[in-house]
Amino acid sequence: MAKRVSASNVTAYYGGFKAIENINLTVEPKTVTALIGPSGCGKSTFLRSINRMHEVLPGARVEGSLTIDDQDIYDRDVDVTAVRRTIGMVFQRPNPFPTMSIFENVVAGLKLNGVRKKSILEDAAEKALRAANLWGEVKDRLAKPGAGLSGGQQQRLCIARTIAVEPQVVLMDEPCSALDPISTLAIEDLMFQLKDKFTIIIVTHNMQQAARVSDRTAFFSIEKTGDPGRLIEYDNTQKIFSNPSVKKTEDYITGRFG
Amino acid sequence: MTPTVTSHRTRPPAQPASLRARRLPWYAAPAIAVAALALSVVIVYGTGIGGPVLVIVLGAVLYLVGLFAAANAVEGRRSARNRTWSALIHSAFVLAVLPLASVVWTLVSKGTERLDGDFFNTSMNNIGARDPNGGAYHAIVGTLEQVGIATLITVPLGILCAIYIVEYGRGKFAFAIRFFVDVMTGIPSIVTGLFVLAFWVLIVSPWFNDGRPSFSGFAAALALAVLMLPTIVRSTEEMLRLVPAPLREGAYALGVPKWKTILRVVLPTALPGIVTGVMLAIARAAGETAPVLLVAGGGAAINFNPFENNQSSLALFVYQQAGEASKYSPARAWTAALTLVALVLILTIAAKLLARRNRLSR
Repeated sequence: MAKRVSASNVTAYYGGFKAIENINLTVEPKTVTALIGPSGCGKSTFLRSINRMHEVLPGARVEGSLTIDDQDIYDRDVDVTAVRRTIGMVFQRPNPFPTMSIFENVVAGLKLNGVRKKSILEDAAEKALRAANLWGEVKDRLAKPGAGLSGGQQQRLCIARTIAVEPQVVLMDEPCSALDPISTLAIEDLMFQLKDKFTIIIVTHNMQQAARVSDRTAFFSIEKTGDPGRLIEYDNTQKIFSNPSVKKTEDYITGRFG
Repeated sequence: MTPTVTSHRTRPPAQPASLRARRLPWYAAPAIAVAALALSVVIVYGTGIGGPVLVIVLGAVLYLVGLFAAANAVEGRRSARNRTWSALIHSAFVLAVLPLASVVWTLVSKGTERLDGDFFNTSMNNIGARDPNGGAYHAIVGTLEQVGIATLITVPLGILCAIYIVEYGRGKFAFAIRFFVDVMTGIPSIVTGLFVLAFWVLIVSPWFNDGRPSFSGFAAALALAVLMLPTIVRSTEEMLRLVPAPLREGAYALGVPKWKTILRVVLPTALPGIVTGVMLAIARAAGETAPVLLVAGGGAAINFNPFENNQSSLALFVYQQAGEASKYSPARAWTAALTLVALVLILTIAAKLLARRNRLSR
């Protein structure tokens, strides 16, 4: 299921503005990798370029190569929708589809991609909701609107929606920043479980969270406003948080800047 | 030697000494209103300069002045301004509702006179100036067919156009389309009528009618479509823009293609607003008289076929009956106007209910 993601010389632009420059990084299968760094350093941009969501914005483009198990996702003959089905994404703010019920939200990815059979959809919904630790809370109200859940439940619904299409890599863009500590804990627990099946890459501003959930940590930074973001250090999480090899990483982690 | 005491925290000057404030008693406002009216009566009738309307206007002005003075004396300036503006806003609301209520009342009181079975079952065919009966059956048929056809043309076209502008359009071409839609919004209905008359009735329709130009309900529908299109495009465009970008991204991230995202996520989310825009366009089109008169010609007989011969419509019926030299025609005109308003109202309510049923109940 899980696949290796590797980036070489990835540079991303918003129109004329270079947001990240020459990112080289390899993410091993079935691990959790955290991307940390100050605001505006390009971690989210890098994350979004991994499943080609960056180019959704007008004028945005990516250079360099990004491969999923040796297949370059920026090849000319690559189908973008297939890339996004392989690499799922959870966003900062929960974004359940407001016109759909809880059940429809979970199976949206399957249904909108042509799966019609009700039994398959029902099985997939239960499996995904169980995996997202939400089944117990919503199993009696699957027909109710997804937007009626609490923020933490909505975010787990979005995670369920993402894993229902059985991707190989799951990207999470600050998935807990809009949530309270208890919902955050629920989602962190979930990441531990999902690690068995998926490769997870998470952007977070919360360094404790990065230290708790991730196996490897990548630290991004910028020289000054307007400069492109660069990868400063990428290592085992334990090493980054106890004995980083770059001074800048240490400064950031100990709170001296950023 | 006295040590200088500098307090560690001084109170900022904006801080009030107490949270309590003096308030006017509850009966102050009504009392001022009564006093203002009384004073107004004395002034107006004492000097003999006007009638009851002036009493009310002067009374309202005196009330505002009195309220401001009283509140200013007791409660302070901010509160006085608050009360005065609140009173002004409420009077603006009353002023806005008065004509509306008056229209509804006039329509209902005058329109019910001919609200009988005859009105909905017969046309004006062979009805002379001395005949008390006659009805608007032909006009109702005409309105339903013309507006129906116009809706069938404009709803897909308008929504697709708005989708292009919002989701796909980039650069000059999309800008040009938006600009011309804006220009279309400002075209007077008589001009669209003349356009369809010149283009469809005089140039195209002879091909279907053995070389002779022909009025038709379809021509009227075309003119109404030209009027409805910009309204639908603009309102749909606004509604599509209101759909949050994270919803689209959420769908893209599931590997859903763009067209399917628009069809299954964006449009359903914007549906209630789109329906409202379409209903506004329909209401406007149903009330148009000039284009129908120019290209459908009107007529007294029932004509179910929108593609051949003259057709009438409710708005045109009202116009013609209002100008008819018969003592029975004004009542028909009022009833037709009431029917038109009721028709639009029923359609709007039905559309809103339909749009809501598709959404999930909260």
